[in-house]
This record gives sequence, structure tokens and C-alpha cells, in this order.
Amino acid sequence: MTTHSDVEQARLTYALRLGDNALVLGQRLIELVAHHPELEEELANANISLDFIGQARLFYSCAGELEGRGRTEDDFAFLRDDGEFQNLLLLELPNGHFGDTIVRQVLFDSFYVLQLEALVSCTDAGIAEIAARAIKEVRYHLRHVSQWLIRLGDGTDESHARVSQSLLDLWRYTGEMFSGDLVDDCLRDACNGPDLARIQEQWHDNVSALLKEATLDMPEDGWMISGGRQGVHTEHMGFLIAQLQHEQRACPGASW
Amino acid sequence: MTEKNWPLYEVFIRSKSGLSHRHAGSIHATDDQMALDNARDTYTRRNEGVSIWVVRSSQIVASDPAEFAAFFEPAKDKIYRHPTFYDIPEDVGNM
Repeated sequence: MTTHSDVEQARLTYALRLGDNALVLGQRLIELVAHHPELEEELANANISLDFIGQARLFYSCAGELEGRGRTEDDFAFLRDDGEFQNLLLLELPNGHFGDTIVRQVLFDSFYVLQLEALVSCTDAGIAEIAARAIKEVRYHLRHVSQWLIRLGDGTDESHARVSQSLLDLWRYTGEMFSGDLVDDCLRDACNGPDLARIQEQWHDNVSALLKEATLDMPEDGWMISGGRQGVHTEHMGFLIAQLQHEQRACPGASW
Repeated sequence: MTEKNWPLYEVFIRSKSGLSHRHAGSIHATDDQMALDNARDTYTRRNEGVSIWVVRSSQIVASDPAEFAAFFEPAKDKIYRHPTFYDIPEDVGNM
């Protein structure tokens, strides 16, 4: 039986996970700042990464209010260890080459758009409000990276071969997006939250249509790796968190 | 990987409804759609616009600066082309 405090806990965990996804992907994309070959794509990437950081701030502030123990967005971002983060493993993977970065973003944004669309009508007003704002940003991100995927997939032999490989490499991380646990069940049942089974179906249709346009083959669903949402991360996560938190760990309370 | 530069596009932004599009600058892009995206990301980050036009710079027919004298100077001393020598009938009111 689901009690009131179970629901409260689920809402808190859900908000934190949304924040963790946004922060970790935002941090990964920020690593690319000043490394793009084209000035215009440089700006696009910086905009997108800052959108994610902005969303993380909102979700963390919302989590802080739900928790009610006075923790702020900064506490969640800078003073938790990697094992306390519950982001999807896909998002903490290194950027790889440009095609890897684009494929990761397409796979996640295709899911995130559907997740946010569902969250807009969730009964948790705090989360619903942030979702309504974030969805406009993420629809643009998805449009941007989808066009890149089509260009690369339907581009030269080399670009086609490289993004095909990116797709094969990253596909095993996509199952985690749809493997719900008690938190997802609770949010769906008690707060009209997203139905992951339905999202998975839509995601599959949308991604398959996009890959077709990009002349890429949809990989077969095989063994899927997961663990991020339980705090069990890849070996890359510790380095990401170390870089993210270095300033606050070295000079606690530093601000500017 | 070719070293060739991406084609140049000129960007025109309408800052709010009712105003006309104004030239904002230029960007590089490989195709029209990317040009629109890049223009959005480069020139409307701070809420500068409600509409964007992009056009390939090579498609713009421009006057030649070398012909400035022939093109523009003859208009300089034709002050009678300005409508300042007419008395406006009172019935017209403010123009």
C-alpha cells in the first residue's frame, strides 16, 4: 500500500532524478565549449548546455522544497557524492566524437520530450510547471540534433559509418530510460505521472522514423545496461563529478 | 574532411510584430535549415526577435562601392525631390 509519505518521497526522488539528468548532460556538453570546429555550432552547444543547467537548477530547487530540510540547488549539485546521483548512465558517458555526442543527445531528447510532455499534466504543480517551461527548450534541442543526425547519417560514407557505430555503441544504454521502479510507479499512479510503457512505444516509433530519414538501421534491442538510477554508475562518473565539484570541495562555500 | 568554408548567409531579424526585418549580421551554415537554426542561436539568444529571415549572401545583388559616385551622389543636390516645398492644406491636418 502506498502511504502519503511514500508519495512525498517518490516526488522528491523524481525531482532529483530529473535534476541529475539535466545537470550531468549539461556538464558533459559544457566540456565541449570552445572545442567546436564551427563558431555557430559552438554557440548552439553552449545554449543547449546552459538550458540543461537551468533546468537542473529548477528541479533541484523544487527538490529542496519537497525535502523541506533547507538544502539548496547548490547543495544537491556540489555536495553530493557520485553514488548519490541518479542520472541515466547514457548521459554520463564521455562525449566521444561529434557523432557520438549527437546520437546520445538524439536518443535522450527523444525520450525527454515525451517525459516532459507527460509531466506537464502531472498533479505535482512544482514539477509540472518546470516541465512546461523546459519542454520548449528541449523540443528545439531535439530538432537541432535530429537535423545533425540526418546530415551525418545521410552524408558521406565516413559520416554514415561513424554514426552507425555510435548508434550501436549507445543503444545498450537506452533500455534504462524505460525500466521504471517504484518511484516511477508511484508518480504515475498517485500523481498522474508518465507511463513509461507508453513512452517507450512512442519513442520507438519516433526514433525509428528519424533513423529511416537518416538512412540508418535501427539496432536490435539486446542486453541493456542500467544502474544510474540506483546510484551505480560507470567509471566515467567519478571524474565528471570531480571536475564539476572541484571548486566547492576545494573552497567550501566559495561564491562569485 | 574538406577545409572549405561553409556558405555564408545574411540574417534578418524582426524584433517585434509590426516592425520590419532588419539586417543583424551573417552566419555560416551548410544548408538553409541549419542557417535558420544558427541564426536563432547566434542572434536571438537574448530575446531579440520574433521572426528570422536568412538568405544566402551569394544571392544578394549589391551595389558596387566603386560606383558610389555615379549611384548616389547625383541625388545629393536634388533638394526639390524632398516634399518640403509644398504648402499643406489645413484640412489635411498633421502628416
